[in-house]
Amino acid sequence: MNRINQLFANNSKNILSIYFTAGHPELNTTVELIQTLEKSGVQMIEIGMPFSDPLADGPVIQQSAQKALANGMNLKELFQQLKDIRKTVQIPLLLMGYLNPVMFYGMENFCRDCQQAGIDGVILPDLPMEEFEAEYKTMFEKYDMKFIFLISPQTSDERLRKIDNLSNGFIYMVSSSATTGAKGSITTTQTDYFKRVNALNLKNPLVVGFGISNKETFNEVCKYANGAIIGSAFVRMLDAAKDWRKETEEFVRGIIGK
Amino acid sequence: MSYFVDEKGYFGKFGGAYIPEMLHANVEELRNNYLKIMDSEQFRNDYQYLMKHYVGRPSPLYPALRLSELYKTRIFLKREDLNHTGSHKINNTIGQILIAKALGKNRIIAETGAGQHGVATATVCALMNLKCIVYMGETDVERQYPNVMRMKMLGAEVVPVKSGNKTLKDATNEAIRDWINNPLDTHYIIGSVVGPHPYPDMVSKFQSIISEEIKWQLKEHTGRELPDYAIACVGGGSNAIGTFYHFLDHPEVKLVAVEAAGMGVETHETAATIARGKLGIIHGSKTLLMQSPDGQITEPYSISAGLDYPGIGPVHAHLHDTGRAMILNATDEEALDAAFELTQIEGIIPALESSHALAALKKLKFGKDEVVVVTISGRGDKDMDTYIRRMEGS
Ligand SMILES: Cc1ncc(COP(=O)(O)O)c(C=O)c1O
Repeated sequence: MNRINQLFANNSKNILSIYFTAGHPELNTTVELIQTLEKSGVQMIEIGMPFSDPLADGPVIQQSAQKALANGMNLKELFQQLKDIRKTVQIPLLLMGYLNPVMFYGMENFCRDCQQAGIDGVILPDLPMEEFEAEYKTMFEKYDMKFIFLISPQTSDERLRKIDNLSNGFIYMVSSSATTGAKGSITTTQTDYFKRVNALNLKNPLVVGFGISNKETFNEVCKYANGAIIGSAFVRMLDAAKDWRKETEEFVRGIIGK
Repeated sequence: MSYFVDEKGYFGKFGGAYIPEMLHANVEELRNNYLKIMDSEQFRNDYQYLMKHYVGRPSPLYPALRLSELYKTRIFLKREDLNHTGSHKINNTIGQILIAKALGKNRIIAETGAGQHGVATATVCALMNLKCIVYMGETDVERQYPNVMRMKMLGAEVVPVKSGNKTLKDATNEAIRDWINNPLDTHYIIGSVVGPHPYPDMVSKFQSIISEEIKWQLKEHTGRELPDYAIACVGGGSNAIGTFYHFLDHPEVKLVAVEAAGMGVETHETAATIARGKLGIIHGSKTLLMQSPDGQITEPYSISAGLDYPGIGPVHAHLHDTGRAMILNATDEEALDAAFELTQIEGIIPALESSHALAALKKLKFGKDEVVVVTISGRGDKDMDTYIRRMEGS
């Protein structure tokens, strides 16, 4: 069974997932960062594939992508770095990025190399549902690669149901109408939206992302979902860290520690 | 073969709407409504009224006799430079501001490179009393200071974009991000035939007024509606598709799109997207774009700030792919030569962008009775610094 399905098999709650950009803070920190995150108790990881024009991202992730590209990260390098990752890491791993570099690499090559590296799922925010279904769905199935769709407060109920039907992993519930970036507390507009989505009783688990930054916001959104993804707040910590291994452990403990 | 958009938003294999889910509702609202609004009597009346009394249309189709003599053919210049605000960009912003009003939006965002589209957007926002925010790369803010001040005088907020390379593509990214963050009250006035469907089609339709006028004006001048050649420069491609639109289904009209070669198509310093680009996704559209060997979008170069966009409108990728349009390019030097030539023999100072279209005259062989239409997309006032440097240098 795909590791994503395993993770959510028992309707698990409070799943912490972390996003970071591959090649940031340094070109070769990717593998060790993944290992450190797993050891610290993170249950799923999104590995960002840096892109020159990340139009769904706020400043923190934009800058991490720029640094990663300057460090020399690209898809070939990333697959090279990840080739032995399954010898040491068990939790689900996803690649997240934008369509252009993946198209350039070739979608089939990409899916095949993901499978070989032991990647479980892919998030490409600028590949819309309609195009995915028409062009790539069968290819993703062939390589047992889960394609994870985003939903937003503007997504209609009808569209939510379609996305639910096409999904088989989890649904990425974008927390508000916004690009990525840490925000303050969770508003009632947001919880109303979470409730609306919950009321649809979708078959897929929900994971909330964008704007989750600390223990409070993590716990709050987990009331309405199976888990949450922290990106910008973690990347910002990495940017400032003197000892990123130690501070990564502390960061994760700060979210899910007792 | 169709050269128009299909029901899925594609021109052949190019186009579509590759946008994150957060933008789906905005784009869907526009897609569901733009044709309906444009077909309404109210819209048509308002658009025609403003085109005539505010923009100053029809723009002249000028028989350029001395230029014709020089190239031994019959050359007509479509004078978009004489429009209010100095370029064809206003045809689109007038159309889109009326769409925005019909959709009940009260906040307008736009991207700009050279500042022409920013000025045209700030202008219609002043006219319609709508809030206007223009994203402009920090590098361009410094390079295009007079246009920045024009936008500010018109009441727009100009936001210098510090991300990426700090130029047009980054300004476009930032405008898209703004739209993601303000999905309900905001309309994004994109400046060319780029972006997700329906933008390329909608902007084409607004610019199609150029060839609509050419047809009847040419008939008045020559007794025939169709030219042998229609020539225009391409950045994103809006003045070019406007120039081609009503001739697309007349194969006897040769369509010539001129890209900016910068220092030369074979160099790294170029903006010749069709010549050098590869298939990919930029700003929500599947089209040709300039990219690195691992699919990162690269920064183009041209002396003309309005042509250095790393992508190309999907309709032009299709016109190239099908062989319907001939794609030429002109270097910085060739464009400058053409600008001075036109200025000195016809008394018209063209924009640097338009000078690329004029430079194509040297690259084609015309019969002496053939009819050639060249679109002068804008006037050269904004480029005086570059022209002055050229005069002082030689
Ligand atoms: C005068 C003029 N011509 C042409 C262009 C290029 O745009 P497009 O290819 O969309 O006509 C610009 C863009 O700023 C412009 O200002």
